[in-house]
Amino acid sequence: MTNIKIIPKKDKKEEIKKETVDNSTDKENKTKDIDTGKKANKIVLPGDELIKSIDYIAGHGTYREGNKIYSKLSGILKNRDHVISVIPLAGKYVPKARDFIIGEVSYITFSNWKVDFGYPSEATLPMLGVPEYIENGVDLTKYYKRGDLIFAAISSVTKGMIIQLTMKDKKARKLYSGKVIFISSPKVPRVIGKEGTMISMIKNKTGCIINVGQNGWIWIKGDNEALATKAIKMVEQYSHKSGLTNMISDFLDKELKKVGPPEKKGEQR
Amino acid sequence: MTILQQNKQYITENIAKSRDDGRKHDQTREISIETGILGKAEGSARVQIGKTEVIVGVKVDIGTPFPDTPKSGVLMVNSEFSALASPEFENGPPREDSIELSRVVDRGIRESNTIAVEDLCIEPGEKVWMVFVDINITNHDGNLIDAAGMAAIAALMSAKVPKINEDGTVNRDGEYKGSLPVKDIPVPVSVGIINSTMIVDATKLEEQCIDSRITITTTKAGNYCAMQQAGSHETTEEQILKIGEIAQKNGKERRLIIEKSVKK
Amino acid sequence: MGSDRPKKYEKLIINNKRLDGRTLDELRPVKIEVGVIPSADGSAYIEIGNTKVLAAVHGPKEMFPKHQMNENRAVLNVRYAMLPFSTTERVRPGPSRRSNEISKVTRHALESVIFLEEFPRLAINLTLDIIQADAGTRATAITAGAVALAHAGIPMKSLVAATAVGKIDGKLALDLNGPEDNFGETDMPIAMTSTDKNITLLQMDGDFTKEEFKKALGIVKNSIEPLFEAQRKALQDYYK
Repeated sequence: MTNIKIIPKKDKKEEIKKETVDNSTDKENKTKDIDTGKKANKIVLPGDELIKSIDYIAGHGTYREGNKIYSKLSGILKNRDHVISVIPLAGKYVPKARDFIIGEVSYITFSNWKVDFGYPSEATLPMLGVPEYIENGVDLTKYYKRGDLIFAAISSVTKGMIIQLTMKDKKARKLYSGKVIFISSPKVPRVIGKEGTMISMIKNKTGCIINVGQNGWIWIKGDNEALATKAIKMVEQYSHKSGLTNMISDFLDKELKKVGPPEKKGEQR
Repeated sequence: MTILQQNKQYITENIAKSRDDGRKHDQTREISIETGILGKAEGSARVQIGKTEVIVGVKVDIGTPFPDTPKSGVLMVNSEFSALASPEFENGPPREDSIELSRVVDRGIRESNTIAVEDLCIEPGEKVWMVFVDINITNHDGNLIDAAGMAAIAALMSAKVPKINEDGTVNRDGEYKGSLPVKDIPVPVSVGIINSTMIVDATKLEEQCIDSRITITTTKAGNYCAMQQAGSHETTEEQILKIGEIAQKNGKERRLIIEKSVKK
Repeated sequence: MGSDRPKKYEKLIINNKRLDGRTLDELRPVKIEVGVIPSADGSAYIEIGNTKVLAAVHGPKEMFPKHQMNENRAVLNVRYAMLPFSTTERVRPGPSRRSNEISKVTRHALESVIFLEEFPRLAINLTLDIIQADAGTRATAITAGAVALAHAGIPMKSLVAATAVGKIDGKLALDLNGPEDNFGETDMPIAMTSTDKNITLLQMDGDFTKEEFKKALGIVKNSIEPLFEAQRKALQDYYK
């Protein structure tokens, strides 16, 4: 992995020094504690000069001007395989095909359902996107009605913000009872964790069923909903820090000692 | 964003036994009050109740009285729901809930004689004091009326009246002749009803589940000086009487906080 | 400008120092806090001397009214407003011709650096509330606005900060305060980008010779860096 030093704009010397800066997004691999003071993730801001070189590619969150690459965003610098990018710490969800989102059915037309998922336009769940066979003319509210919550996959995104959903996936389903909390979309990967470690840990300790939508909507159901909510909000707040999984784990253990361990509800599939 | 149907159901189903943030039904979030925060206003206060934040500025000026009330000064309460404070607040003409808030807060101050407009007369028919109370909501997380009401009275209590210059104009050089004559401490307390459960200090989410809301403003003596019911649901006499008691109790507690903050 | 001066403002410069103790090329103290408004997507509070501004960003979000949307890029809506209690004489609430003009030039000052093409058909709403005015309100608002935009994750080429240069008692001075703006001869607010120090806001009223103007531009260029530093520090501190 190539290491680079961030050259602040006021530094007139334009050289690339090698320094140990951890640029990985594999945050779960870090065993460093939050309090060690070693800032593992460098936060960069719009207009910060990231590197002066023509050998690197300006990736997401950056732009190139001449032989320099600058940051467009407030975010975490990432350098991998000669691609410099900035992982945003804020921003709205950008729908992508194959993402799973949580949405609320807002209205029903003759042949499809419209789903609100926090985006400026609503997504469409077509009749054909539903596992059951539906005959023409059948009352669609029999399947999904206004106000229903669904965990659905995005099947396609076209220019002009036309987003199609599908429920034809074994993970897709209607969500009954429980509640939905909202976090900032860029924080979702952190809440899920590498290979799902963070969210599994929260689920196991609180005994809650939790579904995480890439759009930042998170559905929680269980006796310890309040605690699970707190834990997820903490991940959102401290997402840029290392040692987060341990911090959340310790927090949950401490809180659970006060109330006693939860009843395990198991995974609802 | 309008509350999700599922979340509304969740809050409504659970409200009888618990609130989403763990508070008791008659528990108010943490209140913090700071006065004297604005250098160009004659009085000012910032109140936070939980994440709700309101700033109030009091401006004092000299003017001529209205022809039909020559011995009365002017008290005007105005409110702005700044577009900063919530995604659904747009820039434009005042919303009906902003107008309602300013009128409810005004009623509390005026009807309790907290500021008596006769006390604002300088020269009958010629010169009177004009007191402007401008409320600005900077973050909306519910219970705006209560927060605004507290900020308004805290700002008035800490407000100073400028000296009048020899030429009859208001002195703007920091010379004051004393405090505003503030004779009471009216405190509005709003209670929301969800499925017959009564809650004090509703958050923005809870407010979207409320059937009706009753605001009762009490005075130092514990009397009611202003009331307002909102929401398209019926309330019973029993509920209203109960809310009156809740308003007295919470009003008393909040009054202490206001007095403490103004003393500083 | 040029109103009857009270005695205490007869001379704005005494022994090369201004009435508030600053030298001619000194900025007022700056304080910036990020994330002060939980309901907003991005927010910042700023104090430059006694001028205090709250900035909040909502968006990118759906554009209203729909007919004003742009197919190719986002629309930045800026609203600058002086709150009624922000000045010595109360300001009537609501838009004025002045606030309208300032909203426009502020919008241009910030639009220049935003990658608006990344959000076609959407709106980015920036609200700038002047809580206390002691001159330099539009410059302060722009400086806060840029921080709020960065906090909201809006992609920008660079940060933008603004200040003003004026002429008081015949001498060029940086970042005029209230009395200096009131009784001085000239005021020129300028906004610049952090990357190239290019200008995105330029307004001026008063009297400048060609040389004075050139010199004034130079003063801003040389003195604006501390504003960018304050912006960066506020954002970095927020993420600590």
